[in-house]
Amino acid sequence: MRDTSSLRYKISQVFVPQLVLLLYTAVALFPVILIIMNSLKSRKAIFDTPFAPPNSTTFDLVGYATVYARSNFQWYFVNSLLITLASMFLILFTGAMAAYALSEYKFRGNTMMGLYLALGIMIPIRLGTVSILRLVVAMGLVNTLTALILVYTAMGLPLAIFVLQQFMRQVPSELKDAARVDGASEYRIFWLVLPLVRPAVATVAVFVMIPVWNDLWFPLILAPGESTRTVTLGAQQFLGQFVSDWNAVLASLTLAMLPILILYIIFSRQLIRGLTAGAVKT
Amino acid sequence: MQQTAGRQRRRKPFPTHIFVFLAPATIIYTLFMIYPLLDSLRLSMYAPAKGGPEIFVGLQNYLTLMTDELWSVRFWGALKNNFVFFVVHFLVQNPIGLLLAALLSARRLPGRATYRTLLFTPTMLSVVIIGFIWQLILSPLWGIAPTLLELVGLEQLFKPWLGLESSALITLSLISVWQFVGIPMMLFYAALLGIPDELIEAAYVDGATGWKIFWWIKFPLILPTVGIVTILTYVGNFNAFDLIYTTQGALAGPNFSTDIMGTLFYRTFFGFQLQLGNPTMGATVAAMMFLIILAGVLLYLFGWQRRIQTYEI
Repeated sequence: MRDTSSLRYKISQVFVPQLVLLLYTAVALFPVILIIMNSLKSRKAIFDTPFAPPNSTTFDLVGYATVYARSNFQWYFVNSLLITLASMFLILFTGAMAAYALSEYKFRGNTMMGLYLALGIMIPIRLGTVSILRLVVAMGLVNTLTALILVYTAMGLPLAIFVLQQFMRQVPSELKDAARVDGASEYRIFWLVLPLVRPAVATVAVFVMIPVWNDLWFPLILAPGESTRTVTLGAQQFLGQFVSDWNAVLASLTLAMLPILILYIIFSRQLIRGLTAGAVKT
Repeated sequence: MQQTAGRQRRRKPFPTHIFVFLAPATIIYTLFMIYPLLDSLRLSMYAPAKGGPEIFVGLQNYLTLMTDELWSVRFWGALKNNFVFFVVHFLVQNPIGLLLAALLSARRLPGRATYRTLLFTPTMLSVVIIGFIWQLILSPLWGIAPTLLELVGLEQLFKPWLGLESSALITLSLISVWQFVGIPMMLFYAALLGIPDELIEAAYVDGATGWKIFWWIKFPLILPTVGIVTILTYVGNFNAFDLIYTTQGALAGPNFSTDIMGTLFYRTFFGFQLQLGNPTMGATVAAMMFLIILAGVLLYLFGWQRRIQTYEI
């Protein structure tokens, strides 16, 4: 029925989709590219020719020099990295353990426990901020990275447990039973199962990492001090102070975007596979 | 505990290992998420007392928030703005997300993976960055937006949208849609990929056109995804804060026209300029947000999901 060589088919099935997708890709990327491009130019060029990429006469790193001299951006990166890695590790490790218990063992209250741990998927942790701050104050953890790491761990756990549980159910039980016959302890078996769900762990890792790195709320409230400032909070405060210094503003925006963009380029496959996992299963 | 009994027999001993596996996650989650949420609900019924511990006032804070002359203006204003914020998301992101997903799931599409990756990029970036980027682009000082409008001959339409009471909220909603449209796109895309090929083939054989197939076969099958996207957006919107705080500050200007529940919560809790922070009133605002989100989730679970299940394959 479908004549794939006809002109009409080609226009409706090939050219129009390509055109629309290209246009929307431009809409999605234009703002990001515009900022990165202009961060590498002199102040005059930013205003005179904002749409032109930097060339030998307009190339200027003065914005980056200002950011380097006027802020501790390099430390903000270290803080963000420490917080993200530590909470990611805690979420994956404790989350995998809990998911394993829920998927592997039949015990009284299993379903209730699963529901309890899944509550946090829908309820935003921010709503408990008043009490979280009191708790952090009581524990003497204000302006520490530890406070943020613990809060982010609690924030990421529900989704991690929920997803990992689905994948751990698919590990064949023959394997675990064989190990049990050989006298392996339950802990040993957990370590045998963990590598088998590696793809799921990687997907969950990407998913929990992004909101932690990008969060503004908890650093603003729990750790606003200079020494614990994260990239997101640092950028927000720095940008607030240097509104009129366009070079510095564009440079700091680019610096704050870069780590996520690089990570995204590396992990986009995992992330998109995770988002569309439902489609692969059916 | 009963560890000695556990060592002797493998069948049905006290399951120490289950406890060990569950304890770390449960403790962190309970201490930093469930306890604060419950404690915050409790605090919403207390008021600060001079020099002493807080006193129990029942539902007085809620009453103040909804009826007091000073509080109620801000509360109902923020609630209304938050609904506008959500409705704009709903009306704009679903059609765009659906269109992009439909195009991405076309049978032969050169560059599919590249498009998918590129279109999702803004969703990955921090809201703070996105807020500043759009502030710069829409700034009359830099002139990016007027120049772009000039290209299509509409330069007279340009206004400093973020600075005008009439347009600031809609502009911010659209910026947020621009950033997060990747999520509906991906979820719709996954749902479209999940439709069995035989179904589509059969329709083609029966002589249906691509347009008809989309509306009569594919669209009903992805309706459940519309529900999921809507509830995710709803929860996200009633919890939003970063974008408004970044572009308009804690006072959510101009003249509170972009004030949403998140910014109201922040101001109430921490105070701002002349207003003193009030933790228990902050807890009340948070509890209201909780109730609004809960109402949405329940409506979704019982009103929408039950009805829509009949369509699932």
